[in-house]
Amino acid sequence: MTSIGTGYDLSNSVFSPDGRNFQVEYAVKAVENGGTCIGIRCKEGVVLAVEKIIVSKLLKPGANKRIATVDRNVGIVTSGLLPDGRHLTSRARDEASSWRRTYKSPIPINALAGRLGGYVQAYTLYSSVRPFGVTAIMGGWDTEGELEVDGQVGTGPTSGGGGKINDHDIGEKISRGGPGLYMIEPSGQYWGYYGAATGKGRQAAKSELEKLDLASPTNNLTLNEAVKEAARIIYVAHEDSKDKEFELEMTWISHEGGPTKGRHEEVPKELFDAAVKAAKKAMPEYDDSDDEQGEEGGDQMQE
Amino acid sequence: MNHFPQAWGRPRDDIYGPYDSSHLHSSLPQSHTQSPAVTGTSVLGVKFKDGVVIAADNLASYGSLARFTDVKRLRTFAGTSVIGFGGDVSDMQYLDRLLQSLDIRENYSSHGHSLNAKNLHTYLAKIFYKRRSDFNPLWNNVLVAGLDDEGKPFLSQADLLGTTFSAPTLATGFGAHLAQPLLRRLVPHDEGSVKDVTREMAIDAVKECMKVLFYRDARSSDRYSIAVVTKEGEIEMKEDEKLEGQSWAFADMIRGYGTQVN
Repeated sequence: MTSIGTGYDLSNSVFSPDGRNFQVEYAVKAVENGGTCIGIRCKEGVVLAVEKIIVSKLLKPGANKRIATVDRNVGIVTSGLLPDGRHLTSRARDEASSWRRTYKSPIPINALAGRLGGYVQAYTLYSSVRPFGVTAIMGGWDTEGELEVDGQVGTGPTSGGGGKINDHDIGEKISRGGPGLYMIEPSGQYWGYYGAATGKGRQAAKSELEKLDLASPTNNLTLNEAVKEAARIIYVAHEDSKDKEFELEMTWISHEGGPTKGRHEEVPKELFDAAVKAAKKAMPEYDDSDDEQGEEGGDQMQE
Repeated sequence: MNHFPQAWGRPRDDIYGPYDSSHLHSSLPQSHTQSPAVTGTSVLGVKFKDGVVIAADNLASYGSLARFTDVKRLRTFAGTSVIGFGGDVSDMQYLDRLLQSLDIRENYSSHGHSLNAKNLHTYLAKIFYKRRSDFNPLWNNVLVAGLDDEGKPFLSQADLLGTTFSAPTLATGFGAHLAQPLLRRLVPHDEGSVKDVTREMAIDAVKECMKVLFYRDARSSDRYSIAVVTKEGEIEMKEDEKLEGQSWAFADMIRGYGTQVN
């Protein structure tokens, strides 16, 4: 960065003469070294996956979860400074519960993205704070069913004043809800995505995501396939930092009729293991004997 | 002139006279809910060897007016518990939202255990007791049906005072007088008899009692909901049942009943 040392990078909220906020750009640097996070949005739901670099052999495997649940139908995963990510998640939970208190229904995914974007952006405006050192990927499902009011006791009139609008009243299928995937950056900028990636391996992950052609209206990637792709992409993205061991964490949200019934949950063990196996198999240096060694030999088989 | 901050922005006493603060204090002490408004009547619950049956009718009354006829007073929580609410319907809605938010918070981390019926009952009883101690009670009498920590059938009651009670058969409201004695025939040796009660026996007894309650309780309806919670943690909920096999023959002999005035 040529402008380092010009003084414009020392305080948050100060523009450089060419219109940049250096503190925000430095925050992006913190993200660029974080573990790779990805999100895949398909017709049936959303999959989130993160590459957790194992920083110590003394950490308990499977503990220290990185993907958090917000309300029931949203998951957030962050890359960068983990405590900043925790704070952002906590804010998301507060936003979701305050939305429920006001509107007596779950917060729509796009509204939550907007609230978080606004919150993150506020941390670029004042010299007394620093920007968030995280990029968050947020996936969720807005229910496709009729939205109930929390605590509602009856069904209300079936027709007439206060009655319901049905498919046949307007002559077409009423379209409600669906998947949502958003990525929120340290600047507060957020976009909706078909596939999102951030962290160290984002370049490789993005090019893999593009190959999935998720934006195509004819794309028919199922949620199970999306889980397998997510696992594979994390393995591919890990190629550049192969010397470090990592742990994969994956969660998903399906439609109401799907396996998670519109909720954000961990991918069940069976599917997870199958996805990891397929991911390892797809790696270029895959060797059949790896499998047997891993399963039978355990630790002593390694070098 | 008074320059103290207390006087800032106020009309000057020397010109307008002292501020009349009498209207700030009403003559009555502050009071909260003294009686419920829109109410649901009895809830019935019976334990059987593999689960719990719970039922309540679908009526919400406004005084003696049958005001709302499609009110779901059996409500599921955390996927494995059913709570049947008697008493004030708006307080039921408040508790519904409260328990849902509790469930949401409980599921933020994936530690693998979720709220069971026993947890919900304990929590509810504490809420009730707190509110009655504030002289602002939640005007409900509830039955909680589900499973306990060991996965065994659980049925317990909590009321607006925070009082709790457990038995193999339970009934709230009018049902405590009319249905509970009939239900107890199912379990002559209390908890010891539960192993001999089958699912069908429990359902039949509850349905029979719903009928008796409809005959005798003027705030009841013939549309009701019934739920079965099984040991596997599954809930079979039916929300629009109609009382079957009614016989009003006994009413023939009664004078001053219904439209017959004398």
